[in-house]
Amino acid sequence: MTPLAGYLLVAALVFAIGLAGALTRRNAILVLIGIELMLNAANLNLIAFWRYGPHPELLTGMMFAVFSIAVAAAEAAVGLGLVISIYRHTRTTDLDEMNRMKG
Amino acid sequence: MSPVFWILSAVTVFGALAAVTLKNTVHCALAVTIAFAGLALLFLQLDAQFAGFAQILVYIGAVAILVVFAILLTRGSETPKEGIFSRSWFTGMTIAAGVFAVLGWAVIQSVHVLPHQAEAPSATVNQIGDALLSRYVLPLEIIALLLTAALVGAVIVAMHEKGESK
Repeated sequence: MTPLAGYLLVAALVFAIGLAGALTRRNAILVLIGIELMLNAANLNLIAFWRYGPHPELLTGMMFAVFSIAVAAAEAAVGLGLVISIYRHTRTTDLDEMNRMKG
Repeated sequence: MSPVFWILSAVTVFGALAAVTLKNTVHCALAVTIAFAGLALLFLQLDAQFAGFAQILVYIGAVAILVVFAILLTRGSETPKEGIFSRSWFTGMTIAAGVFAVLGWAVIQSVHVLPHQAEAPSATVNQIGDALLSRYVLPLEIIALLLTAALVGAVIVAMHEKGESK
């Protein structure tokens, strides 16, 4: 097995674990953690293709990963702010109980 | 494949698994920090020093702290009586297993056509800064605007509403 295939398999495994966490957990904060894991797995793919692909001197994959890290930080701040705001309104972070759109 | 790679991937996958299966939410936050650290070390193993250290700063330094703050502010560390998994957990597990099967199948099928450059590319911080301020200057400005808007928006969303009892 080539090194790139190994990295891609690890990234696929982390992505699947993050997806399972986002789809099965009850707590909204843990759903956000699952989404962060999926973003990180995508970053690992980008960096691995940058390292083993042709023309690494153009830095394309590296730049993609750096911008993706910045967007993930913004997403985490907004997501956790929304969770805190919903908790203040409904006194719960249980996603199964959030079944109304009325304020 | 070096043994370092296997150790780092085992740490990362173990941390991720613990983060989605543990009962206590604070333990989950600590486990996901381990997974982030493992991924940062994998980036360093791939000769991407800048991305690795950015990962440590942003994820372990900022996102993990934000998650712990959110858990403490929402009293989320209490384990609910109904269990930690939602009602539709079986569907979720099936979808995740299907996605992993498809991704793994695609990687294994294409293992002979994947590119393989043996020599390590050089990406100094100097080169990255140069690229950020020349070729990627427009995305850099857009990301600056996005971060400002997102942080102001997060503060406004989480702010106390008027007339609410404290």
